[in-house]
Amino acid sequence: MSTSVLFDAPGPKTVRRHRLYTVLTVVALLALLALVGWRLSSSGQLEGDKWEVFVTPAYLERILVDGVLETLKMAAGGIVGAVLLGLVLGIGKLSNHAVVRVPSWALVEFFRAVPVLMLMIFFFSVYGIYNGSTGPFWCVVWALSLYNGAVLAEVFRAGILAVPSGQAEAAYAIGMRKTQVVWIILLPQAVKIMIPAIISQCVVTLKDTSLGYAIAAPGLTALARPLYLEFQNHVPVFIVIAGIYLVLNLLLTALANVVQRRFVGEKKQLEVSAVGTADQRTV
Amino acid sequence: MTAITENYQAIVISFVTAILLFVAAGIGSLVLGTFLAALRVGPVAIMRRAAGVYVTSVRNIPLLVVLLFLYYAGPKIGVTFRFVDIVIPTGWGDIRMTNAFATAVVGLTLYTACFVCEAIRSGINAVPVGQAEAARAIGLPFAGVMRQVVLPQAFRAALPPLASTQIALLKNTTVAIAITVLETAYQLKQLTDANPGDRWWLLAVFAGGFVLLVEIVSFASNRMERRWRVAR
Repeated sequence: MSTSVLFDAPGPKTVRRHRLYTVLTVVALLALLALVGWRLSSSGQLEGDKWEVFVTPAYLERILVDGVLETLKMAAGGIVGAVLLGLVLGIGKLSNHAVVRVPSWALVEFFRAVPVLMLMIFFFSVYGIYNGSTGPFWCVVWALSLYNGAVLAEVFRAGILAVPSGQAEAAYAIGMRKTQVVWIILLPQAVKIMIPAIISQCVVTLKDTSLGYAIAAPGLTALARPLYLEFQNHVPVFIVIAGIYLVLNLLLTALANVVQRRFVGEKKQLEVSAVGTADQRTV
Repeated sequence: MTAITENYQAIVISFVTAILLFVAAGIGSLVLGTFLAALRVGPVAIMRRAAGVYVTSVRNIPLLVVLLFLYYAGPKIGVTFRFVDIVIPTGWGDIRMTNAFATAVVGLTLYTACFVCEAIRSGINAVPVGQAEAARAIGLPFAGVMRQVVLPQAFRAALPPLASTQIALLKNTTVAIAITVLETAYQLKQLTDANPGDRWWLLAVFAGGFVLLVEIVSFASNRMERRWRVAR
């Protein structure tokens, strides 16, 4: 018995060969680590004073308040906007009326295909540039809402379509209108299928808040420049910032996995059709 | 409208730069991603672990941080791409493939490879274990099991998610603005700053260009998928 589709259970010869590979890989990885360590120390990036800033209370506070908190605020704003917009567009795409369906479809396709950064630059030119310190913040939030809203619209639609069709048929059979079927029967059941996908989208949103760097928005990535200009600690700054993003995103992913197991069971996460594919199913 | 009619050459050059970034990083990410996927599904535990750690960490870091690290912190530890210095002069302006361009290609490759790896792995996971067991049961050797049964199904199942990673890569080329690559987002910013009255037109042109490119990639992948689809 083997658990992998690719390999049978290894015999004694194969086991020996795998041991050899293991040793070789360990040696290669250690050599890589040693090289990185040597490069870091020979360029002086490992010295204590380059790292001290990250345990200095005043700077630590700045990293947490101006960096992490602003990033989380932008991500939260983006997700709230995205869920609202996604709900409207997702249900719009399932509408029976072409007047509603076609514009919803066009908006979803447009905002999924346009890079978020371009939306941010555009909003910055329209609004952010005239609104001083808070302008760029809102530009990031709006751009993230539009892009992630378009993605979530597909998630909502796929979630509603994933509810067994007998549910909708039964609801129609007892005389419900389509609005009632969607709101009372389908959405409540679809929500638990969709929640893990929504949390995964939070990871994307959190990562995309960093793009605010290009329009002078606050956030964790924007802190890198003042810090490395002041302390000449380019490598430590980026390692710490990357580490903070990593921890935040791993926490979100862990949450998504817990929710997935709790609500959906071991089933795969919701599959969403790619941009540009014509999926015209409706309820 | 004048901002576009007067600068259409610069706009086209910026799109050409973006497409060059996309093609170079696309090939790089497919190669590196396939290699990572091979490590991740391989029989040697330490290789699986190492590739897993790489994929999990890089894909949870923003692309922008990866690019900024390579561009600003890289030179401090001796990682530079100064040896790349290609400037292609065209009638409409230079296409500059220099240090920043090469850094962007490397960063986009390292980042996208993680998603390519996951796409290929999901393709392999989509093949039911029974397929391989049946192939072994009829006496196929390892190479036969792989070549005739498992991999053809795995690649086909991996195609749609692979196309998604490449579409994301195409859009991510805009992030190279942060490390001074003169691509589409840079050009959009320059032109909107210089011609604020034409910003709606500019957005329409740049966004329209991306919608077009994304539709082309997506159309190509749909055609391939349809042609290679396995009847189940």
